[in-house]
Amino acid sequence: MMNKGRNIYPYIPNSVPEIKARMLEFIGVSDADELYGIIPEELRLRKKLNLPEPILSEAELRRHTREILSKNRSCEDYLNFLGGGCWQHYVPAVCDEVNGRSEFLTAYGGTSYNNLGRFQAHFEFQSQMGELLDMDLVSVPTYSWGTAAGYAVRMAARLTGRNEVLIPRTVSPERLAVIRSFAGTAPLAGHVQIELIDYDPKTGRIDLENLKEKISDRTAAVYIENPTYLGIIEPRGNAVSELAHKHGALSLVGVDPISLGLLAPPSHYGADIVVGTAQPLGIHMHCGGGTIGFIASRDEEAYVAEFPLFLISITDTIVEGEYGFGQCTFDRTSYVGRERAKDWVGTVSGLWTITASVYMALMGPQGFQDIGRAIIQKSQFARKMLSEVEGIEIPLGPQTFKEFVVNFDKTGLTVRHINESLVNYRIFGGKDLSGEFPELGQSALYCVTELHTREDIQKLVSSLKEILAQ
Amino acid sequence: MKDEVKLQHFHAPVWSEPIIMEMGCPGERGILVPQADEETKKVVGEAESYIPSNMIRRIPPRLPELSQPQVLRHYLRLSQMNLGMEENIEVGTGTATMKYSPKAHEMLVRMTQMTEIHPQQDEQTIQGILEIVYQLDLFLREISGLDQFIFQPSGGSLATFTNACLLRTYHASRGELNQRNEIITTLYSHPCNAATAKAAGFKVITLMPDDKGYPDLEALKAACSKRTAGLMITNPEDTGIYNPRILDFTHIVHDVGGLCFYDQANANGILGITRAREAGFDACHFNLHKTFSSPHGSYGPGCAGYGVTQELAKFLPVPLVIKKGDNYHLEYDLPHSIGKVREFFGNIPAVVRAYAWIRSLGAEGLLEAARVSVINNNYLSKLLLKIPGIVRYYDENVFRLELTRFSWEKLKADTGCGTDDVRRRMVDYGLQGHFMSHRPWIVPEPFTPEPCETYSQKDIDYFAAVLKQISHEAYTDPERVRTAPHNAATHKPNTASLNDPKKWAMTWRAYLQKHGSQGD
Repeated sequence: MMNKGRNIYPYIPNSVPEIKARMLEFIGVSDADELYGIIPEELRLRKKLNLPEPILSEAELRRHTREILSKNRSCEDYLNFLGGGCWQHYVPAVCDEVNGRSEFLTAYGGTSYNNLGRFQAHFEFQSQMGELLDMDLVSVPTYSWGTAAGYAVRMAARLTGRNEVLIPRTVSPERLAVIRSFAGTAPLAGHVQIELIDYDPKTGRIDLENLKEKISDRTAAVYIENPTYLGIIEPRGNAVSELAHKHGALSLVGVDPISLGLLAPPSHYGADIVVGTAQPLGIHMHCGGGTIGFIASRDEEAYVAEFPLFLISITDTIVEGEYGFGQCTFDRTSYVGRERAKDWVGTVSGLWTITASVYMALMGPQGFQDIGRAIIQKSQFARKMLSEVEGIEIPLGPQTFKEFVVNFDKTGLTVRHINESLVNYRIFGGKDLSGEFPELGQSALYCVTELHTREDIQKLVSSLKEILAQ
Repeated sequence: MKDEVKLQHFHAPVWSEPIIMEMGCPGERGILVPQADEETKKVVGEAESYIPSNMIRRIPPRLPELSQPQVLRHYLRLSQMNLGMEENIEVGTGTATMKYSPKAHEMLVRMTQMTEIHPQQDEQTIQGILEIVYQLDLFLREISGLDQFIFQPSGGSLATFTNACLLRTYHASRGELNQRNEIITTLYSHPCNAATAKAAGFKVITLMPDDKGYPDLEALKAACSKRTAGLMITNPEDTGIYNPRILDFTHIVHDVGGLCFYDQANANGILGITRAREAGFDACHFNLHKTFSSPHGSYGPGCAGYGVTQELAKFLPVPLVIKKGDNYHLEYDLPHSIGKVREFFGNIPAVVRAYAWIRSLGAEGLLEAARVSVINNNYLSKLLLKIPGIVRYYDENVFRLELTRFSWEKLKADTGCGTDDVRRRMVDYGLQGHFMSHRPWIVPEPFTPEPCETYSQKDIDYFAAVLKQISHEAYTDPERVRTAPHNAATHKPNTASLNDPKKWAMTWRAYLQKHGSQGD
């Protein structure tokens, strides 16, 4: 083992041959290969893996990887109007500071003794999100909004003993695809049938008549999103909830919490279970790596029993006046119940949960009002400026939050062409909806946040005018 | 362990930090938000005029109001009362592979060309990310022998769910889903296999271990039938024992028309040693946050590479990252795809860290990581088996691979102190309390250390010395162990209220309602 030609790896202390030899001697074998004696020879890989030669020095590795990543063009390099489930909001430096802390970044589960910080920060996420939602029970979040909605649909089916869920067609197709995976496939057990409800082609709001036609005593829940994927503020949440309740179904609402300083939370219009994402709350887009989804409900035993996710409860300790934390009804979870559990939980979005907790604490009630106002005013300004461009129409609304549909049919150009042209102006145009919503023709979903300035919007408008004039 | 190990004195920071909801003063601001300028406001008017009147929030959210230094201080103090793997010798958290995540890789993923990327940008503007995703796919193909990987699941359990979804779609495509509604797993496979198979609609059959700890081959034969959709199995299992008859397992399942999924979430002991393909598997997954060094992030986000054979690639969730000429491309045109299990195409920072980790080691380095993790584990085992109160279950004639299932059963019988007591006492020595193993506890009073390649010989000696000291305390002063921890940031919580609807509180508002504003 005293092979001088072998590499010593800075991340592998016992790669030093002398140390390794001592350890093998202690174990009582002459070669590490003996430790693998249980693996049948026919399953042993007796060739070297065909991988690129290592880049052994940190300096060279960092340069190599940085050079690859530098081929990307970021939304700081370019002006970005993409949203649709992953949004560019300002990330306070304090959020990055806290989630970069080694103590949070590199811990895993652990006990509430060792990891009191995580338990408390997660409880503070639940508590602050509870205020934004005006609800008493919030989970530790899961992977994403779509997965949270998928779990919620299954919770509703279990709570009602029914297996049909109604969803307006304006739901995000990306999220709907995830919900469908969670809903399952006939004829397997626990399968939930998803039925889509039409929307009003003028306003983008849910078609209540169509909902009335489709809702029945088979309906477990109606799931709407507010603001919708297409940006519409849906004013008839109350009517939807009442209709659902009248038929013994639950009202489920998906929400973007960045709107909740200004918009009424779903609990005010009858929602029983609320889901959503916390990505806008201090989490970078990370090319889709920033997803995170929460579930909230009333604080009732029947609901708690159906949660698949971790629920951190505050409690007391043996020391007078000291707060403690622990897992509420941990036996529900798949870590204990295996296939008898309520779906499953695992490694989810712990670091982003802490980050969003920091964000909510920084923003406070005034911050959420301010950001809601800024988003609406700036996006409405963009709507107006774009609507004045020859050939461009803004078909749905006008009551939209941060996203809105822009239609290019009268320009004779495709969104694909326009977006490819916009890249030359260092602009990422809105998401192409022509595949997802063919009835909207050549339309794109534009997103305007607090980060956009008037000059940014004017640059978009002038660039579009040039492209359309070509 | 030749030299006597001197244990360091430890006490966790105790801040008795209030809940954020109790902090601050009305009017304080933690951050200001960019507002619409006057010109914009002049054009559009009041924001409220664009909100349907019944959708205007009338009562502001009762969030705390704090200034920025106070928010930062609070969360930094919370972080101090948290123990990352970088601050401790985290050998106790077995099955999770608490591996060092190189700081240089963290700097890379915090570049704006990573953080400020929207997943739906024009492909030409994310060629760097797509290249790394594609390359990692190629690396994992080589490491597993399978043919195509995706990174959509942002946790290991979501990967096993992905597999269950794929089994559903595969058998439906053959018109057999009516008949094939059973998935077979083993007791010592990660519990998420059973849980996600069930969530996907399957009936779960769990094979029990035999008296030597191996999953029972005869039980598998008895369980297999034309109802079998597939096998979802971990190897080595949670005991650290490699199942040497794994090829028989896959043959038997294939013979009845089922597919075989290898849960390789933790593959740390077998990189470059043995692969999914040679063992006959159709699919597998690797947790990038275990074997491939991405940090655990206080319970995520993680990321799994989920891979399949060529035959099954058409069922993978979309999009795939493929190479067309010199360009990388997101391919959505997969008519047989299961659809999606999560939005977008992966936890990209974890993908980049895994890429960098593999590039830093190459084939020889990966093999070295695997071999050292197995050496470390067998070295630790020998140390632990000399400690009074510790026993090991199952086959005594074989070496464990990267981790080992032990038991404090004897300590419990001798002293009354069991695995939970030891776990709490470890906290007093600055170690993360050991993982008490997945349920059910067939091995009584279990613990499952995993000394991966990150840990030095001296680290392992230290870890063993702490357990030796705790064992000594249990035999001489059991009360000290039973009442632990004594040096932690907090004390034993009242756990009864966690299961009592009248007392549990998942939000501060619920706490105030149930316990009164004084918290009594």
